[in-house]
Amino acid sequence: MTIKLRNIVKRFGSFTALDRVDLVVETGELVALLGPSGSGKTTLLRIIAGLDWPDEGEIHFNGEDALRRGAGERNVGFVFQHYALFRHMTVFENVAFGLRVQPRAVRRPEAAIRARVEELLDLVQLRWLADRYPSQLSGGQRQRIALARALAIEPRILLLDEPFGALDAQVRKELRQWLRNLHDEIHVTSIFVTHDQEEALEVANRVVVMDKGRIEQIGTPSEVYDNPATAFVHSFIGESIVLPVDVVEGEVRLGGGVLKLETNGASPGPSQLFVRRHDMDVGPAGSGAFEGAVRRVRNFGAVQRADVALTSLAAETLIEIDTPRDCSLRPGDVVGLHPRRYRIFAGQA
Amino acid sequence: MTTLPQAPPRPLARGAVASPLTEPRWIRLVIIGISIAFLSVFIVLPLVVVFAQALASGVPAYFAALADPEALLAIRLTLITAAISVSLNLVFGVIMAWAIAKFEFTGKTLLISLVDLPFSISPVIAGLVFVLLFGMQGFFGAWLVAHNIPILYALPGIVLATIFVTFPFVVRELVPLMTQQGTQEEEAAISLGASGLKTFWRVTLPNIKWGLLYGVLLCNARAMGEFGAVSVVSGQVRGETNTMPLLVEILYNDYQFVASFAVASLLAFLAVVTLVAKVVLERQLAEGQQSSDN
Repeated sequence: MTIKLRNIVKRFGSFTALDRVDLVVETGELVALLGPSGSGKTTLLRIIAGLDWPDEGEIHFNGEDALRRGAGERNVGFVFQHYALFRHMTVFENVAFGLRVQPRAVRRPEAAIRARVEELLDLVQLRWLADRYPSQLSGGQRQRIALARALAIEPRILLLDEPFGALDAQVRKELRQWLRNLHDEIHVTSIFVTHDQEEALEVANRVVVMDKGRIEQIGTPSEVYDNPATAFVHSFIGESIVLPVDVVEGEVRLGGGVLKLETNGASPGPSQLFVRRHDMDVGPAGSGAFEGAVRRVRNFGAVQRADVALTSLAAETLIEIDTPRDCSLRPGDVVGLHPRRYRIFAGQA
Repeated sequence: MTTLPQAPPRPLARGAVASPLTEPRWIRLVIIGISIAFLSVFIVLPLVVVFAQALASGVPAYFAALADPEALLAIRLTLITAAISVSLNLVFGVIMAWAIAKFEFTGKTLLISLVDLPFSISPVIAGLVFVLLFGMQGFFGAWLVAHNIPILYALPGIVLATIFVTFPFVVRELVPLMTQQGTQEEEAAISLGASGLKTFWRVTLPNIKWGLLYGVLLCNARAMGEFGAVSVVSGQVRGETNTMPLLVEILYNDYQFVASFAVASLLAFLAVVTLVAKVVLERQLAEGQQSSDN
């Protein structure tokens, strides 16, 4: 099922939740809508599901106008952030709901419904909970039941709103892997909303980064991480060092001094220089674009993290860099720093 | 509602006070004693007196008083009035609570305040309003007489007044419950392909059933017991428009104490049944609340 969104606008009073959003999701993809809260990602998901209506724009499912159909006719499976399981029904009846409410003409016989529900409960590995009520389940179990319920109607599209948001870290990791595997198994076109970049980068085939109701970048996880299209994407995904610079006459200037860096075609004017923490090479003093004094060093995991006070600036600026552990830094060392990769975006912070 | 885990009891040092909020034993006893004495004098004693007076001339006299045609008529009228007004309040109460809890619209605050109006207005005034509307000198009086539609001093008037007085019970019980439950389950049902009607019957109604029953119970108790508003619109025509509370007063003024208290005892009995049912329902409600919080 191809989903095509064109020029979607949604306003709540004077607040513009979605500002001319275009997006195409291909059949069988698993797409993440990633952004901070208030970026419009959940609104977009609800509009695709038919739970909200756009003020402007078009939605096509396989070329057919979806806005002419209500939520119940779009054949979309929706998994709510807080699951929204029917509290007065057993797990079994929750999953069976979508099959039982079908019009009599197309409704399956009871035996077929039971068989389908059991098959789904097996899929989410929770058949043993069939007679429990939602209040008796853990968060992770509820999440999987909500998913089974959404899949019962054999949806053409699966939409998940912050699917792991309300779970603790350990369960979240497990479910992430599980969702990834499930998608490989059933291949239904899926979109999920998250504010957690790790989740988006790890689970999705493609990531849609949103901010303030607009799409900032669409790309594979490695594209959005390695080649951020905007300053927002660079600072939102991954850890970045950000320095205010000026691009003047083909030079990059920082605090009056000129940095030994190419402008990489950045347009003149006040700009921001972005460097990943782990893209900063450490060398002897005078060897790089920056000079700095090491203040503090922490060793953990695969990296050595150091606070370095840059001396190139009038006011002392502390940056954090990640270096390999064999690069032994000590507090007090004066070092030269040079970014292996960096990007310059016009504008001020 | 979550209950905080209780701190394990600490061994008390000699002379220590269990908690800063725990008073000495004698103060506690006095406070509890005052509460019990107050309730006994003002609530329990009158209840006992009602039954004692009703049975003062023996059990046969009690039942004879209830079997009196006038009493039977009052009982019948009260039951009919309650049945009609409670059913109507149930239907409109659910609709209005739904509107208030699940939609945003202009004038919502005004609507919420209006729902409470019957509680803040004297029932006698409520009755008078209907007299002004439907009485001979009222807005619709002449028209109603011309078309031979009786409202005042007849069942319709009594039902209207009762509906007015008892309207808030169902709505006030449902609005907080439905607001707290939100619309997510309904959205889930709709997205799974359920029609609006199926969503209501299968999702919304089961979720509010205990709260609804609770509201209906209180509504019913008030509908059967209402005096002020009904006494104004019924005209108190003996053997025709007397409900139980009205009959109690009339019999009492006629010095028929046994008969008066016999009818009163039925109302008192209703109150006790209501009380028990209320406790049971409150427990169910609390459980429902807990499961929704988990």
